[in-house]
Amino acid sequence: MSGRPPETEDKEQSGFGAFLDDLTGVNVDWRAAVLVPALAVLAALVVSVIIIIVSDIDLWREFSLSALGDSLAQARSAMWALLVGSFGSLTATSETLVFSAPLILAGLSVAIGFKAGLFNIGAEGQMLIGGMAAVLVGIKFSLPIVFHLPLVVIGAIVGGGIWGGIAGLLRARTGAHEVITTIMLNSIAGLAVIWMLNTTFFQAPGRNDPVSRDVLGSARLPRLLGFLDRTDLRLHLGIVLALVVAYIVYWILFKSTLGFEFRAVGFNPDAASYAGMRVTWLYTSVMALSGALAGLAGMSQINGVLYRATPGFAAGIGFDAISLALLGRSHPAGVVAAGFLFGALRAGGLEMQVATDIPIDLISVIQALVVVFIAAPALIRAIFRVKTGEEIGQLTKGWGT
Amino acid sequence: MATLELKGITKRFPGVLANDQVDLKVSSGEILGLLGENGAGKTTLMNILYGLYNADEGEIIIDGEVKTFNGPGDAIAAGIGMVHQHFMLVPVFSVTENVVLGVEPTKGAGGFLDIAKAKQDVRQISKEYGLEVDPDAIIEDIPVGIQQRVEIIKVLFRHAEFLIFDEPTAVLTPQEVEEFFGILNGLKDSGKAIIFITHKLKEVLEVCDRIAVLRRGAMVGEATPEATNEEGLAEMMVGRPVELVVDKAKSTPGDPVLEVTDLIVLDDRDHPAVEGISFTVHAGEIVGVAGVQGNGQTELVESLTGLRSVASGSVMIRGTDVTHATPRQIHEHSVAHVPEDRQRSGLVMPFTITENIVLDGYYDEPYSAGIKMDWKAARKKAEELVEQYDVRTPGTEIPASSLSGGNQQKVIVAREFGRDVKLVIASQPTRGIDVGSIEYIHERIVEERDEGSALLIVSTELDEVMALSDRILVMFDGRIVAEYEGGTVTAAEIGLSMAGAS
Repeated sequence: MSGRPPETEDKEQSGFGAFLDDLTGVNVDWRAAVLVPALAVLAALVVSVIIIIVSDIDLWREFSLSALGDSLAQARSAMWALLVGSFGSLTATSETLVFSAPLILAGLSVAIGFKAGLFNIGAEGQMLIGGMAAVLVGIKFSLPIVFHLPLVVIGAIVGGGIWGGIAGLLRARTGAHEVITTIMLNSIAGLAVIWMLNTTFFQAPGRNDPVSRDVLGSARLPRLLGFLDRTDLRLHLGIVLALVVAYIVYWILFKSTLGFEFRAVGFNPDAASYAGMRVTWLYTSVMALSGALAGLAGMSQINGVLYRATPGFAAGIGFDAISLALLGRSHPAGVVAAGFLFGALRAGGLEMQVATDIPIDLISVIQALVVVFIAAPALIRAIFRVKTGEEIGQLTKGWGT
Repeated sequence: MATLELKGITKRFPGVLANDQVDLKVSSGEILGLLGENGAGKTTLMNILYGLYNADEGEIIIDGEVKTFNGPGDAIAAGIGMVHQHFMLVPVFSVTENVVLGVEPTKGAGGFLDIAKAKQDVRQISKEYGLEVDPDAIIEDIPVGIQQRVEIIKVLFRHAEFLIFDEPTAVLTPQEVEEFFGILNGLKDSGKAIIFITHKLKEVLEVCDRIAVLRRGAMVGEATPEATNEEGLAEMMVGRPVELVVDKAKSTPGDPVLEVTDLIVLDDRDHPAVEGISFTVHAGEIVGVAGVQGNGQTELVESLTGLRSVASGSVMIRGTDVTHATPRQIHEHSVAHVPEDRQRSGLVMPFTITENIVLDGYYDEPYSAGIKMDWKAARKKAEELVEQYDVRTPGTEIPASSLSGGNQQKVIVAREFGRDVKLVIASQPTRGIDVGSIEYIHERIVEERDEGSALLIVSTELDEVMALSDRILVMFDGRIVAEYEGGTVTAAEIGLSMAGAS
């Protein structure tokens, strides 16, 4: 018999970890919670550099050391452009935060579902419905901004909440799995938006394509750097909203009875019903809350950036949110961090496409790689030879349970 | 003559020394009992022997030759056979099909299944070792005791010389246990070496030639049945003297607390699992429900605690009709419920002890006000209960999954008994936990009774029912087939009722 004795793990709490524990009131293995995602991001960036190099057409036409050198230089300038484009200037930072706001909100939507053992793939559709509700409120009413904006927010919450709640209700009443129903509801939402945008109520006057009227000025999220009087600083109130909502989600999950129920159901529905919790009602309310958060993400896009709706205004953010929730380990703080990262990648990706001729699709590849590495923590441990005690664990229950 | 020897086996898991320099030896024609509390390292040791884990140190020696197992395939090839506690059988396959699964005899060049040959082999083995089975019977139609024989035939079909039985008697009736011991002795006489893993002291004393005791991963001693007794073995297992007999005064039953009348409950497939049961439990008495697993006890308890709907009949708790009450309403009638399966429904494993302590009372004072949880109050209560109920843990803020089975069960008992209760419904209160914790939980149960609670204890461990109960009900096939006064009846009598004899 052979085999190295595994080293017993030293679970020393660092000062920072203890600080985070105090802050959140939860005891978490912070080293495991932070290390694996960070290394996953690093690994994804390394692989993407390799992809840049091997996809360089010049290198394939004629292999030479100088061609390889050129490829390396291109990869280096791509990575540099990512950094400059995301944090290199005030404008870049502003863009990063503009991209981050809806990502964080949608990520929270998926994360709260994960916490309760539900896999909400429908954030995209819930964003669309929530966003359309925000458009409706934004063009229908004419109110002072202090009344109009809260009404817009409520509209988005109700719209997204209903759309998510339908999937929850179907799960609770009939057992229909939320993965299936939310995918279907995404399609329905997408087509419903196109239909709505062709009605006279929504459609911009004089247009034949599906584009909505602009929301009124009082329904727009105010620009935070407006006092600098520069049109390229699009940073708006959405990011503040996202951070406040993240804290509220954190509070609900870890400080309220409702969150206790969510988490109990998420880990063990049998124990939850044994403890007197109404599991079916919880499924419905989790999905409604999840949908409401996604609705806010749609609102942030409409009322913060676009000011009007087009069929594709959700732009895949609802799907990126799934990666984001995974990367953030479904913890609101993790989701915020992951949201900033993905926002930076989006903003930096634009700069990268301009500065080098690497297409922005590489960003999707990086995001996908992050998820692959997160979903396979054993891979990360093997590559980096780190030991973390905790597995990511089961996120959702299987079919038909 | 074949011998199997383990020498200096050491296995470490992060933070745990699961096996510490364990030596073990078993030879042909011998039954070795491997005794130990849960978490003592029995399972780890056997998984090493079966090739599922690699040992960090030490060697496995078979007939003087050092072996390395990289998987169960290697272990089987070396003549080791394992009969698991939970049978690994395909319910819709026949006995023969299950036996040959994975090593099917074939005929011709096409590799066609030679079922005739397979059946012949099964018959041969069953005759040779006195394991009577019908090779054509479908597994789901035959009783558990016979299914176990199929498992044994399976390992013999793979030419096992060393047979490991992991808690083989847990699922059997007392009569089936006797038959099983007959089979063990038959295997021994035909030259097989047997390792019999259990935590039941009586059984090792009855059937084993030698007994090895594991405690905290280390071998603490060996004994022969002639030279020791239950008290001696229990002390070796736990490391201190253990009270095996529950010490209790005569009960003084008071008013009826739980009244069940003509109860009919359906199982998941809508077949009646409980078929018209009536009984009463009074304050200050312990009523035990004995019976072999799967005779309606699970459904009975679920219906009494609001987890399963009642098809007909009525349930009254202290004069209130709770036939269709929810689990929370039952909870609010001062009912404690220790569920059958602590890991499936009693605890949320990733939750901390504090979170598990408030799992069913979280929604109310003092643990929450409105929607806001008061974690400080919860933690305070958890600390009190951990202290009071002797839960061995480094703190209240660690996940329940990191506790041993016995301590997990103590957390549940602490939560359920740690408030003012009038009725206790406990299902398998000590299943799979160590002797020390069993002793402790039994004491608490008797204490609850003496404080005037009514208790309904459902257990498949006959010894437990007999030790605790003031009255014993026997369930068979969804009905109560017998009722006895505690202390006036023998295990054999109850055993017969459990098997359905009237």
